[in-house]
Amino acid sequence: MTQFLQALFNGVALASIYALIALGFVIIYKSTQVLNFAQPALLLLGAYWVVYFATVLEWSFWLALLAAALLAAATGVVVERVALRPMVGKPVFSVAIMTIGLNTVLTIVALDLMGVEIRPVGDPWGIQVVKVGSVVLAHRQIAAVVATIVVVAVLITFFKRSRMGLAMRATAFDQEVALTQGVSVSTVFALSWALGAALAMLGGVFIGSGIGLDRSASVMALKALPVVVVGGLDSIAGAIVGALVIGIAESLSGTYQPQYAEFLGRQFSQVVPYLVMFVVLLVRPYGLFGTKEVERV
Amino acid sequence: MRRRPGLVADYRSDAAIFRTNVQRFWLAVLLVAVVVLGLGGTLPLIPGLLRFSLAGDLLLLGTTAMFASIGAIGLNIATGYAGQVSLGHAFFLGIGAFTGAVLGGAEVTRTVIDPATGEAGEIVLLVGYGLDMIIWLPAAGLVAALLGFLVAPISSKLRGLYLAFVTLGLVILGGHFFREAETYTGGVGIGRETGAPSLLGFRFDQDGEVFGLFLSRTQKLYFLGLALLIVLGLTARNLARSRVGRALAAVRDRDIAAEMMGISLSRYKMIAFVVSSFYAGIAGALLYAAIGRLQPESFSLLLSIEYIAMVLIGGVATVSGSIMGAVFITFLPRIVQWMAQFWIFGFISESSVGGFVTAAQFEQILFGGLIVGFLIFEPLGLYGIWIRVRNYWRAWPFSY
Repeated sequence: MTQFLQALFNGVALASIYALIALGFVIIYKSTQVLNFAQPALLLLGAYWVVYFATVLEWSFWLALLAAALLAAATGVVVERVALRPMVGKPVFSVAIMTIGLNTVLTIVALDLMGVEIRPVGDPWGIQVVKVGSVVLAHRQIAAVVATIVVVAVLITFFKRSRMGLAMRATAFDQEVALTQGVSVSTVFALSWALGAALAMLGGVFIGSGIGLDRSASVMALKALPVVVVGGLDSIAGAIVGALVIGIAESLSGTYQPQYAEFLGRQFSQVVPYLVMFVVLLVRPYGLFGTKEVERV
Repeated sequence: MRRRPGLVADYRSDAAIFRTNVQRFWLAVLLVAVVVLGLGGTLPLIPGLLRFSLAGDLLLLGTTAMFASIGAIGLNIATGYAGQVSLGHAFFLGIGAFTGAVLGGAEVTRTVIDPATGEAGEIVLLVGYGLDMIIWLPAAGLVAALLGFLVAPISSKLRGLYLAFVTLGLVILGGHFFREAETYTGGVGIGRETGAPSLLGFRFDQDGEVFGLFLSRTQKLYFLGLALLIVLGLTARNLARSRVGRALAAVRDRDIAAEMMGISLSRYKMIAFVVSSFYAGIAGALLYAAIGRLQPESFSLLLSIEYIAMVLIGGVATVSGSIMGAVFITFLPRIVQWMAQFWIFGFISESSVGGFVTAAQFEQILFGGLIVGFLIFEPLGLYGIWIRVRNYWRAWPFSY
């Protein structure tokens, strides 16, 4: 039982990180129809700024986080303006491939800045733990869960209550109609990239907190892809549900697969997200909450 | 009509492999050039020919480029002709490479003494059957095609981006099994020997005399690559202009409309995947047989992207474009090395560490930049540039 609860909690903590990255994907996809494969690179780059401000410049962690968020958002805006704006109206796939190219370039830059060693993020959580019953809860895991809940709440309020949120929803619904209603679609594009990059950065911080950040963080970011696919590419609720499904599945398989299905090989849990994605897509080709495409001939 | 080469007046000439004699002529010239580059110094008949031959390492690069071209043509069938975006090409390349290595490679066993009985027994460290290339090469293609066939039902349900995701998952899952199936693949960081490229006793991996000419092993592999590329390239070109190819193009351009016209989507998407995987399997087996060793971690997403780049940079839905793209991408590391010598590119460090960017990193950046650039400025790729150059000179001195 303890083992199960532990795995479940680890899964939820993992899910909250996935949810942050996946939300970035979904927000960008919803408002700009761009599938952002560059998310891993944005994550590395964003998290590096936290590392830089907090450990090299030795600012306070919270200040570093804020500065990194602004810088990440700025990166997102620049990337959108320079690379993605000329691609408006091009086939979705070309744009997706182009973000892969972008990912390559940005990853090199981020890795070059970061160096080869594992960098501490400078977070206040470290590797402290609390024990609830016999389940071990790491502070960083609790922080990730809390942060994700807060971020999701803020985002939902933003989309529901603010003018800009309304503009973003309108753009997601139909870009041209939004344009005719006086919504500045280009501002929406910039804002969604800023949000996407900042969310990726936050995800990166939680990946790196406690254990430190290195290039393997981008592998984690890549696992947000099955998350968005399971949830459906254009659903915020889907991103969260997908993150929970994938996170818990990965954590449970990490706990139980070595005991019961050893023949599947070491570290099988790392590929479980992709397996879940396969199964879900076989049953529901547009994910759990994705909008079914309606097309006319 | 004969005197109006640009005029296409009937379907037969529209679908011809070569529309004009000029095309035939230049293809012949190109072929001769490729053969001369390969033979080079071994043909003593014409003095001065040695200078035009490729040096050993360049020749190997050329051989790799030809094998990669086969893989790129395969990806172009699925992605270019049929519009089914596949990020899973590395998986099929890997399946081909390992099938070839298992069937053609040697078995590795180790003698262990059973501590309980004290008797010596043998355990198999690496499975290998040591078969001839005439078996392992087609088998590599067929096993990859079979897996393509198995994946096809999933892909025929999905479209566009969701398909890209599934094929991406395929690479990740495949990578896991390549790493873990150690008795077949040798395991991470170790890898295994590939099958010897020996066709019915004729060794492509040893220097030797062919038709009175002394050829090095690289030269032999080069001509093997050339022969296979011609055969498979023509097959692909023929497939593209046949009923199947037209159906694939219809599926790509508007799948619903294609279905309305009686084209079975699942059937043609399956054909595209099977043929594409077959090409990938052949290419994978040959690419690593030329090197002689392969490792399970080579078949990552990066390799898939490399092939996507070949197709995009070369030209979508053209066989010649695929070849151009494959050659270009294969020679890219060499081009970067060459560029690093000039002062203007002084920021590229020639050693593997230090400097602003290393050559390998610059290559990756160039790679990403090229994909981005081609998508924005020339979606038709190198092939499109060639078409524009050709049209410019055809209409010269008029601008149109």
